[in-house]
Amino acid sequence: MRRSSGHAFALVWPPVLFGAVFLLVWETAVKVFDFQPYFLPAPSAIWEAFRTNTSLIWEATKVSGLNAFIGLLVGTAIGVAMAFLLARFRLVEDLLSPLAVGLNAIPIFVLVAVFNNMYPVTSEVPRRLMVTLVVYFIVLINVARGLREVGNVYLDLMRSYAASDVTILRKVRVPHAVPYLFTALKIAAPASVITAFVSEYFGGLQNGLGSRIVSNIALSNNAEAWAYVLGACLLGLAFFLAAVALERVATPGGVGARERDGA
Amino acid sequence: MSAPEGTNAVEVRGLSKVFNAGRPGAVEALVGIDLVIRPGEFVSLIGPSGCGKSTQLRLIANLTEPTTGEVLVNGKPARAARLDQDYGMAFQQAGLFEWRSVTKNVELPLELKGWDRAKRRARALEMLELVKLSEFADHFPWQLSGGMQQRVAIARALAAHPPLLLMDEPFGALDEMTREHMQTELLRICAETSTTVVFVTHSIPEAVFLSTRVVVMSPRPGRITDVIDVALGPERTVDTRETEAFFARVTEVREALRGIQPADVEPDIEQVVEER
Repeated sequence: MRRSSGHAFALVWPPVLFGAVFLLVWETAVKVFDFQPYFLPAPSAIWEAFRTNTSLIWEATKVSGLNAFIGLLVGTAIGVAMAFLLARFRLVEDLLSPLAVGLNAIPIFVLVAVFNNMYPVTSEVPRRLMVTLVVYFIVLINVARGLREVGNVYLDLMRSYAASDVTILRKVRVPHAVPYLFTALKIAAPASVITAFVSEYFGGLQNGLGSRIVSNIALSNNAEAWAYVLGACLLGLAFFLAAVALERVATPGGVGARERDGA
Repeated sequence: MSAPEGTNAVEVRGLSKVFNAGRPGAVEALVGIDLVIRPGEFVSLIGPSGCGKSTQLRLIANLTEPTTGEVLVNGKPARAARLDQDYGMAFQQAGLFEWRSVTKNVELPLELKGWDRAKRRARALEMLELVKLSEFADHFPWQLSGGMQQRVAIARALAAHPPLLLMDEPFGALDEMTREHMQTELLRICAETSTTVVFVTHSIPEAVFLSTRVVVMSPRPGRITDVIDVALGPERTVDTRETEAFFARVTEVREALRGIQPADVEPDIEQVVEER
């Protein structure tokens, strides 16, 4: 059942090779065509900037990462709570569905500007609110589907056992929704990081990865700006991998295990 | 749990079911159904799509309410029988919960009855032995074949030792070889547990092989047109399928079904729209 290490290697080498070739082409192109640093710095220059600025990048990563993390936690909690309400009361869904769709249609980042107006300039709250909002919708929609879209055969079966609605919720709907929650988290975790960066473009303290990218570009420190982009990529990746790891731990024998075993 | 001597396993009187009653799309799924099933019988409901055979099974299971008439299960109104878990049920889809191991799936009805852990574990293992899946106790449903999943579903349906088993085309999704094997297994299991069975099927040989009686149904409106005694004897094996008696019964059921046209509308689908 277990995927052999040879199998894992076969999965890993194509993207690694692609990445290496891509960096090589990039490096060569910068040298051969003599691109100016303000146009496109070489990967080696970016790596150099990353190494010399590691502590600064780490500080900025902590700020953006904390914003993303808090927003992720709060958004997930509210999203799950609202999904239960939606699953329980038809009326609530009828009321909220158009609202949810409507809110989704708004270019939602614009709201950061509004939130910024509501709080002092030094506050991180607007950014965290923004992340919360983005995460909330992703979690709400997925978990509500997981709670609702239980096959009729399962509902018939539970009724034949004389199970109450509460029992059906506990024994069927909630476990059925767990993989949906993790699907949502795998989307929401990187999205929370992206939202945290982009939120920094709309003002407030210049302390996160997003604002550092902008300020370095403004100062024509392009290699440094790219070094912060690299930091941002790593943070997004870390969030995604954390979500995947959580899924593996939380669903033994379930969907996660099935993917792991390659069945 | 079992009813006093002389009580019928299922008693259906003057039963009718109309979907979307009083609205333009009203469908008479069943009219004037009378049926008595005695303990230990194996009764198949057979007929073309839309004849209301699944609806009739769902009425016996109290998964839907009749428009008129009454259903008694084990001598009690169908609703009381459902609340007492007097029957087990299996569907075309095995309907196993994929986050539960095979054993945990079989334990579910016992869990809902409030049995303690040790007792339900012991019963589940006993049931898995009955369906010959003991070595798969700790597997998860997706690791089993379709036939094995259906055997787990039967083990689960019988876990609480209900006197009645209701089955809605349980082998409909299986290949012919697996299907015949499952039929033989089902007869053995029912004999060992002395369970009464009501079995919905499309397949004439399946109905004849399994049943003591075959109830032939017709659509528009759904009704019983014939009841055929089969009774090929208690010992049915692979060879039974090649006997004169078997072919004679198959012909008899086929004759009874001849001339019955399938309905355009499948009431079972209507019902899903109505109830969910």
